[in-house]
Amino acid sequence: MLELRGVTKHFGDTIALQPTDLIAASGSTMVLIGPSGCGKSTLLRLMLGLIEPDKGSVAIDGTILAEQNLDTLRHRIGYVIQDGGLFPHLRAGENVGLLARHLAWTPDRIHTRLRELAELTHFPVDALGRYPAQLSGGQRQRVGLMRALMLEPDLLLLDEPLGALDPIVRSDLQNDLREIFRGLGKTVVMVTHDMGEAGFFGDQIALMREGRIVQQGTLTDLLTKPAEGFVDRFINAQRTTLHVLGGAS
Amino acid sequence: MRPWLVIFSALLLCTPAVADDPVLHVGSKSFTESVILGDMLQQLSQAKGYSTEHERELGGTRILWNSLLAGELDAYVEYTGTIAQEILGNEGMIDEASMRARVEEHGLRMTRPLGFNNTYAIGVTADVAERRSLATISDLVAHPDLVLGFSNEFMDRGDGWPGLRMHYQLPHQHVRGLEHALAYRALEAGELDATDFYSTDAEIDFYGFVALRDDREYFPTYHAVILYRADLEERAPNLAAAFLSLENRIDAVSMAKMNKRAKIDRVHEKQVAADFLSETFGTIAEIEILTLRQRLWKTTIEHLTLVGLSLLAAILVAVPLGIVSARYRQLGQAVLGLSGIIQTIPAFALLAFMIPLVGLGGPSAICALFLYSLLPIVRNTYTGLTDTPLHLRESAAALGLPSGKRLRWIELPMASRSILAGIKTSAVINVGFATLGAFVGAGGFGQPILTGIRLADTGLILEGAIPAAVLALLVQWLFELSERVFVPAGLRLQPTD
Repeated sequence: MLELRGVTKHFGDTIALQPTDLIAASGSTMVLIGPSGCGKSTLLRLMLGLIEPDKGSVAIDGTILAEQNLDTLRHRIGYVIQDGGLFPHLRAGENVGLLARHLAWTPDRIHTRLRELAELTHFPVDALGRYPAQLSGGQRQRVGLMRALMLEPDLLLLDEPLGALDPIVRSDLQNDLREIFRGLGKTVVMVTHDMGEAGFFGDQIALMREGRIVQQGTLTDLLTKPAEGFVDRFINAQRTTLHVLGGAS
Repeated sequence: MRPWLVIFSALLLCTPAVADDPVLHVGSKSFTESVILGDMLQQLSQAKGYSTEHERELGGTRILWNSLLAGELDAYVEYTGTIAQEILGNEGMIDEASMRARVEEHGLRMTRPLGFNNTYAIGVTADVAERRSLATISDLVAHPDLVLGFSNEFMDRGDGWPGLRMHYQLPHQHVRGLEHALAYRALEAGELDATDFYSTDAEIDFYGFVALRDDREYFPTYHAVILYRADLEERAPNLAAAFLSLENRIDAVSMAKMNKRAKIDRVHEKQVAADFLSETFGTIAEIEILTLRQRLWKTTIEHLTLVGLSLLAAILVAVPLGIVSARYRQLGQAVLGLSGIIQTIPAFALLAFMIPLVGLGGPSAICALFLYSLLPIVRNTYTGLTDTPLHLRESAAALGLPSGKRLRWIELPMASRSILAGIKTSAVINVGFATLGAFVGAGGFGQPILTGIRLADTGLILEGAIPAAVLALLVQWLFELSERVFVPAGLRLQPTD
């Protein structure tokens, strides 16, 4: 479905991504995880063609991303970022329907699809007329998700989608998201720095450090067969204080 | 952006059409004598049947001379001393014949002197003149006890006091420098015995002063002459002849009287000129002197036209320039740099520079205003677009929207507040700057200010200054109102969490 071959990226003298191969299988969820600056967001933006690789290629269903097919391929990808990435001057519904409007869908068709999506993402229909500034953080994130799903893409790319939310909202949305991914059978690549989230969503987890994938595998693989000391350290550092305190009593 | 077009098109339609373009243009400098003479030329021309416009109170010798060369003006009154020194760039004086020859090389003609010589003079009160029997400057030598006081400029000039003292071997020790305007009052009060005049100053007659004759011809002569375009002899033969008929008809006393009527008795220059012509030639000139309401209406329309047209043009050019600059950053730096440089050109220089390119009056002022308006709009468009957060620009790109629609649907609306602020800045600056348009004959609120300064008439200054200030506030308020129309509602909300 999504295939990266020998992709590298420099920003000036800084190596953002060392030669990387990665395959996200259809219908599965791949989580990219690692500390800040490890190159996980760079990798995601390469998949969308927001930045161009120095070397190597990105292919979606066998088509290699290039200038001339970029917009068409992007219509088949849903992209969600932290806090939704909503355009503040457009109402929630307008944000979601923007691309459909560009593709000249009829207002009726857009309207119908909006209702479907609102139901799917548990978003109140009457809030579709509100501006992003009038929505809660969780609602903005749901609108961002609706916008990504509007054209029923096969591939979803999510960059820290739950990063800006408080714990209860986050836990609700986390469950909704997994349900949607599974229910719709989407291929998903998600970036996070939270190991719990990675384990919750990821069929496959790719742990990155300094522009390189250190280990790729299931959560169990990472827990039981760490490829190097860093894997252990990263996972242990994420065990919460509460968990440690609870375990000690 | 479309509502803008509607507003400005409406404004365009409101401006009075230049239906009957006057055949001839005469000009004047921004001091009373020049304005009276300009009115005289206009009335003379109209009496001969030529539709004639008087571009009143233009900014100075250079502007008038260049306008005459460019054919924007057909005639104006100049002074021989100024022609020799300031225009032809001679150190000393040259004789009239060679001056005429030099002027004709430029495709111009010069009449013989109109009669009076507006040069420096040394003046005393009638009382002192009588008691000491003073008639010439030479007579001062015999009275070393007299207290002399000269304007600060006269004290410093080469052709002022230092030269005068040498030339006449004046023995006076107690010489004070003071403000020109104060000198008349000090003389009147008896604190001074003699001071420098311009020989046709209105005040000489008003206070009953006596100008001592320059018997040893120290001061350069500033004979008034009419400069006109050579082609006028074919285009308006009767007028060229009429100009010649003015030769030697205005003596110093008559000119001083006319200056006094205009400046001290506050008779309109048009009336003063008309009276002179009727006394001298028996011609009855039709003059129209506007009421306050008519003047206000006229200056308001002129001012709005200057500001509106220049701003509209600036929006149409600067917003696209800002968009291009934001997309191609290196080109953008060049564009911003260039508009920045334009901004540093002194207003007056820019106005003078425009005359040969686009002509006298409105067009020059509009072009200069247009150029000054560019920077704030280009810069704010550029900033507005480049300040769009990266994650939102990426989100727009990631949707797969083509760049044209990203610009129209996302980037421009998000930059609208900044762009509008740039336009507002330009508009408010333009309202103030447009008052300078009066220097090149563009009218507007600058006209009464200029005339008011010349006549020391505070009321007249306020007639321009108050409407200009009110308009600036109005523009500010209008733009704040227009934010509600042009800035999308979603951008005006504060996030709730």
